[in-house]
This record gives sequence, C-alpha cells and structure tokens, in this order.
Amino acid sequence: MHLRDRLARLEISSAPYLFIAPFFVLFGIFGLFPLGYTLWVSLHDWSLLGGNEGWVGFANYTELVSDDYFWNSLLNTFAIFLIATIPQILAALALAQVLNSSLRALTFWRIGVIIPTATSIAAVGIIFAMMFSRDFGIVNWFIGLFGVEPIAWNQERLPSWLAIATMVDWRWTGYNALILLAALQAVPKELYESARLDGASALRQFRSITIPMLRPTLMFVVTVATIGGIQLFTEPLLFNPGANAITGGDTRQFQTSAMYLVEQAFTGQRFGYAATVAWILFAVIVVVSIVNSLLVRRIRSVD
Amino acid sequence: MTTPLIPVATVAQDLDEPEPVRRRRRRVRSRKASPLTYLVLVFVVLASIGPLYYMLVMASRPNSDITSNPPPLTPGDQLGENVTRVFDNPDVVFAQALLNSLMVSAVATLTVVTLSSLAGFAFAKLRFRGKNIFLLAVIGTMMVPVQLGLVPLYMLMGWLGLAGSLWSAVLPFLVTGFGVFFMRQYVSQAIPDELIEAARVDGASTFRIFAQVVFPALRPAVAVLGLLTFMERWNDFMWPYLTLAPENPTVQVALSRLSGGYYTDQALVMAGTLLATVPLVLVFILFGRRIVGGIMEGGLKG
Repeated sequence: MHLRDRLARLEISSAPYLFIAPFFVLFGIFGLFPLGYTLWVSLHDWSLLGGNEGWVGFANYTELVSDDYFWNSLLNTFAIFLIATIPQILAALALAQVLNSSLRALTFWRIGVIIPTATSIAAVGIIFAMMFSRDFGIVNWFIGLFGVEPIAWNQERLPSWLAIATMVDWRWTGYNALILLAALQAVPKELYESARLDGASALRQFRSITIPMLRPTLMFVVTVATIGGIQLFTEPLLFNPGANAITGGDTRQFQTSAMYLVEQAFTGQRFGYAATVAWILFAVIVVVSIVNSLLVRRIRSVD
Repeated sequence: MTTPLIPVATVAQDLDEPEPVRRRRRRVRSRKASPLTYLVLVFVVLASIGPLYYMLVMASRPNSDITSNPPPLTPGDQLGENVTRVFDNPDVVFAQALLNSLMVSAVATLTVVTLSSLAGFAFAKLRFRGKNIFLLAVIGTMMVPVQLGLVPLYMLMGWLGLAGSLWSAVLPFLVTGFGVFFMRQYVSQAIPDELIEAARVDGASTFRIFAQVVFPALRPAVAVLGLLTFMERWNDFMWPYLTLAPENPTVQVALSRLSGGYYTDQALVMAGTLLATVPLVLVFILFGRRIVGGIMEGGLKG
C-alpha cells in the first residue's frame, strides 16, 4: 500500500476522535475534575487562604450531620423546590395544551410566554425583591385592595418561600410549556382519531394518550427542574440584598444549601467543609432524580 | 443555573437507529381556539411582561416615587437621567461591566459554536469505534451538576494564575454537552450523506469536508445555538459572582453590587437592570421565531 493511501486512511480513522476531543478535554478539566476533586477536598481540613491543612477523614461529614444551619438550608431548599416545581409543571402542561390549539398569531404567543427566560436571574431577583417589598411593593398594594394586611415577604419563612418560588416559576413556566408543546405535537394524530372513534372522552384521551406519550419529555423537564432547584442560589441571594445577603435573611429563613455552601467557602473560608456540603448536595440530587424517574415511570401504568 | 435548553430524553431510542429517520409529524389541531383560550393567553403574556414593564416604570421615574402610594403604574420621563446616573455612579464601573459581559459571552459563544459543530459533525456523519458510548457520555454531561465543583474550580483558577480575571469566568464554559447534541441533531438531518461521500471521492480530508462542505450549511443552527449560548452566558450569575474581582465584574454581578449598597437608589438600580436586560430581550423578540423553533425542534428530530 502506498504511503499516501495509508496516510489518508489514518486521517479518516483518527479525525473523528480529534473532532470530539476538545469537548471531552475541556469538560474534563473544568467540569468533571472539579466535581470529583470536591470529594478529595471534603476529606481534608482545607482553608481558603491556608490551603490543605491535613487529612481529617470523615470529620467534616460527621460535623455536617449535626449542623443545624445545614439542615435548615436543606429544608428551605426542598420547600422552595416543591412549592415552585409542582405548580410550575402543572401550569406548563396546561399552557402547552392551550398553545396547541389552532391560534392566530402563533409565534407572538409563543415568544410572549418565553420572554421571561431571556431575562437574567439577577434581574429577576432584583425586580421581584422590589415588587415584594413590605412597605411600598406592588404586591402588598395589590393584596391590600382586597383588604389583606401587608406581608413582610422577606422576613417570614413561608412568605419568603412563596416569593422565591414565584420568581423561579415566572422565569421557567413558559419555557417548559414550549418543550411540552413540542412533545404534544409529536403525538401521532391517528391515536386521537381512533380513540375518538372508540368514544373516549377528552379527559380520557388526555390521561391515556397525552400523558403517557409525554413521559420522556416530562422526565426531562422534571430532571432539569430538580438539578436547578436543588442548586438554587441567585434568587434568594438577591431577595434580601446587602452585606449579609448570603445568610438568606436575619434568621436564615430562606437560606438555600447552595448559599450555605458559598457562605462556608468564602465567608467562613472553610473549603473542606464547603466541599462536604457540595458532595452531600450532589448525593441529594442523585437520589431525588432516581425518585423522580420512578414516579414518572409509573405514568406508563396510568390507564 | 446552567440548563440544557432542549429535551434529550428521546435520544436513547434514537441511538439504535442506523440512519436518522425523519419522523412523520403532523400538527395535532385538536381544537379550534375559543375566546377563553385567547383570554388565558392574554393573561399569561401580561404576567410574562408585567415585571419587565414594572422595571421600566421604576427606571423612568425619580427615586422618590418608589415610596408613593398607590405605586406608579405608568412610565415617567427620567429614564435618560437615571441611565446617566448608572454610568456615573462611583461604586460600580458600569460601562466596564457591560464590556466585560460582552467579551465573556462572545468568547464562550465562539468556542461553543465551533467546537460543537466539529463534534456534532463527527457524531452525525463519521464512523468510529465507541461512537454511541461517547455520545451517551455527552448527554450524560448535561445531567451532571458541575456547579457543585465550584470550590476546586476556584482553586484551579488560582493554580492557573487566573484568579479574579475575566478568563476565569470564561474557561468553564468553552464547551457544552447541549451544544454538541444540538449540532449533532441538526447535522444528521440537514446534511445528506451523498454530499460527504462525493467530497470524499474527490479526495478531501475530513477536516476539509467539515470546513468547506458541512460548516457553511449549518448557518441556521449556528445562529440559534449562538444566540442561546450568548444569552446564557450574558445572564450567568453565580460563577462570575464568585470568581471575578469586585472592581472588574460582569454586568449581572455589577447589578447585585448596585442593589446591595447601604443606601439603595432604586431608580438607579432599575435603570441598570433595564440596561442589562433590554438588549437581550429585544434580540430575543427579533429572532424569536428562530429561537422558539430551535427550542422546540431540536429535541424531537432525533
């Protein structure tokens, strides 16, 4: 075989790997390595300025288990996650149905519902913090029209959770609706036709055709909401801006775990302990994702 | 939050199919839209733009109007003055922050688009051992919460001597699994195999085929991926907030500094928020049809 042919063959066989290599190398260095190294750091006494100050085994983990502030942050994270996600998915599903009817000015409505997605989270946090301010916010003014007393949204626990969940839902509901709409449109029309011929009601069609056909997409939407929700950071940080923003309110009433992680790393300068928080959060995300997939899988049996 | 913008759940089945089969999709027009449907949509769109409108109202009024009761509901005439005050304020160099955001977003967009096209082309059209496993790995990376590695990432930037610099804000975002997957989907159905075979027969190298045959045909996908990537980087908050030096922030970080001041001038903060938001929202509306199409199509063509 000529050298030329051999080179050409070598080029053909090696090119694919060269083409995908940049992705894997860069993701490995700046994505996977830091995440993995977090485990190593969490087993050490490691400070922001002093660096590695020695192996401590699982000491950080045992400390975390009895750390009330951590459990408080986990409670807040989960509460906000649930308060935000459940209505968000249901609303997105309903909105997708609405957008799936024959509409005039189709694109206008679609763009209209996802404009919030183009707004930065920082802007969302700042705008909503103003809207939810106790004395002069537009929300309290509005509920005041119905005779409701002003609520100190960023002072009390449940109201702060609700306000933060509102920010999350405002930004993501329309986007999820579009994803679900795409999935709705991929459902073969014939399925509905034959169901209609069999005399199935609209509700029955929704339950027996639409929901099962949407299962993979629902799974995706729920997974993304979970990964994002458990790492929630910016909205609560900017809800009560100022020098102590990272504590999520005077009594940590809305400090999420991601905020606690950052507080430990940069305010407390305890990298080892912060890495422990990160690793536990990672485990939490994995567990919740598994639970999600089990729940969504059950949809298949809805009949 | 870094989020893959397109569903990937359907890809698993797709991997078994040797050729991308364009699935027959007909729009399910089950119901004609009733007036009630439009009413719901009007309400949803109002809720969508309401907070942005409120931002405009507050950004265009004197700061003293913040405390008026009932709250003002129409824009005032001070937008120009408030914007000037944003650029003149001593705490945050706002013009620099805008420029920093532009640079960070542009660099990340360029690399994401280029490297995603390259890898997407390989996954869609080239034959190589382990392809399916590599592709699954790419999809897997979208499910990994890499932000949780922020402590070692911060240390890494220190080791590289980049702590606090703009580079530290860019490097973690040079590639995205979403981008690779998105391009792979597009290449599969936009580029006929015959085109590549023909170029091969002519003796073109794989890279030349990519550069001269494939990449030029990817323009629509490049535009959508570019816009989405730029938007995501421009709006990014958490990592730039942690890594950038306080005197050299991106615009989102600058906003948080403005709003966190001891004495908060809300009109100024709102004008700043407007400056950081409106350009992107306008681009989004301008290219809305394409972006919506990109979000909706990408995930289903598999």
